[in-house]
Amino acid sequence: MKNPIPRSLLPALLLAATQCVSVQSASAAELTLAVEIPRQNVAEYHKPYVAIWIENNSTRAVTNLAVWYDAEMRNNEGEKWLKDMRQWWRRSGRTLQMPVDGVTGATKGSGQHHLQFHFGSAPLHELAGGDYTLRIEAAREVGGREVVDIPFSWPQTQPATFTASGSTELGAVAVSIKP
Amino acid sequence: MLNKTPFKPFLVAALVLGSVAVQAHRAWIVPQETVLSGENRWVSFDAAVSNDIFLANYNPGRFSDVQVLNPDGSAGQVENLHTGKYRSVFDLALKQEGTYRLFIASSGLRALWEEDGQRRMYPGRGEQYSAEGFAKAVPENAEKLVVSQASRRMETFVTLGAPSRNALAASGQGLELVAVTHPNDLFAGEEASFRFLIDGEAAQGADVTLIREGTRYRNAQEAITLKTNSKGEITVRWNGAGRYFLEAEYKDNKAQKPATERSGSYVAVLEVLPD
Repeated sequence: MKNPIPRSLLPALLLAATQCVSVQSASAAELTLAVEIPRQNVAEYHKPYVAIWIENNSTRAVTNLAVWYDAEMRNNEGEKWLKDMRQWWRRSGRTLQMPVDGVTGATKGSGQHHLQFHFGSAPLHELAGGDYTLRIEAAREVGGREVVDIPFSWPQTQPATFTASGSTELGAVAVSIKP
Repeated sequence: MLNKTPFKPFLVAALVLGSVAVQAHRAWIVPQETVLSGENRWVSFDAAVSNDIFLANYNPGRFSDVQVLNPDGSAGQVENLHTGKYRSVFDLALKQEGTYRLFIASSGLRALWEEDGQRRMYPGRGEQYSAEGFAKAVPENAEKLVVSQASRRMETFVTLGAPSRNALAASGQGLELVAVTHPNDLFAGEEASFRFLIDGEAAQGADVTLIREGTRYRNAQEAITLKTNSKGEITVRWNGAGRYFLEAEYKDNKAQKPATERSGSYVAVLEVLPD
């Protein structure tokens, strides 16, 4: 799982890192995430629904970081496909009241997407020391579904980056932790 | 004939399922999907009687009396029932969050004996059981008398939002499944456990068969066959994701008089999702 960081992600990670130094105090521990949604060469394309969450090693969802879905549809019709992110739906989605402040957002198209979270503040919260898995699940209407898992430990003494890559619905994913 | 209102659904059901037993066909109710999100969703169901798993090619059954238990335990109703040549279809509106149970259940006594070398049966085809009818029809010292107390249940489950267990409570009558693993929380790479009860008590030694859909596209049934343990339980390792036809059969001699044997048959359609 601890692959070298893909070259294509480096500028993004560096940019994200510099940005947070300028905004946050140097002591604030943070988690930066770079997610690639691949371009699909298909006749009918819908932006994927994506859920990003952290589980502890007993596969309990600890915290939801992001859920991208179509919240703008009439009569909350977009919620109809939330269950297609099966693992996320099972672990926490089905007990949530949508939308969730600071977690849910609009679907995103292909390309690199960057997210930044601070330990101790929502939606990441403070993590107890231990082993975790950051999981990203994508499901696309008339398309496929894929889950990418990135194991990591918290806390870290040195800045660390963990990477993984999907093969169909998700591309390169990198989790960077600054202690 | 079927005018004793409280029993009408059961009797109609008995006719549907009765034909299953006699002709060894299988009756099934298949939900188009079992796990749903959002609000005010609908689920469409296909139901029929056939040998092939979820392939409607024998008869459409009679599902006008299918019963619904809502997540809060109240009774619901299916809508838009249509009976075609081979298949019945109907819809269920999911207005509450939680797990819904759709079922057809029946139970009754049947006597078989011989008179002058001829096999006799009570109640006969189209007749219904009554204590008086039994006393009149069955001779005091009938030869080779077997009186069976038989129960049948066929059901399936769908869930909107988080699974709940109100609708899963056992009735205490006949052969029934008690969910250890929730029937709408089944995943291909995990084991699932179910307990079977006969009249509310552990059904030990029941034969359980599970067959995954799509038999038409493979050469073998690939049936999973299990026997319940002393607690009436089985643990299933799935043959991959898909919808499954589950059939359980149970028989013992602990029937209440005048019955001499007790049997139960149970069918459920379950959906197992990919990991």
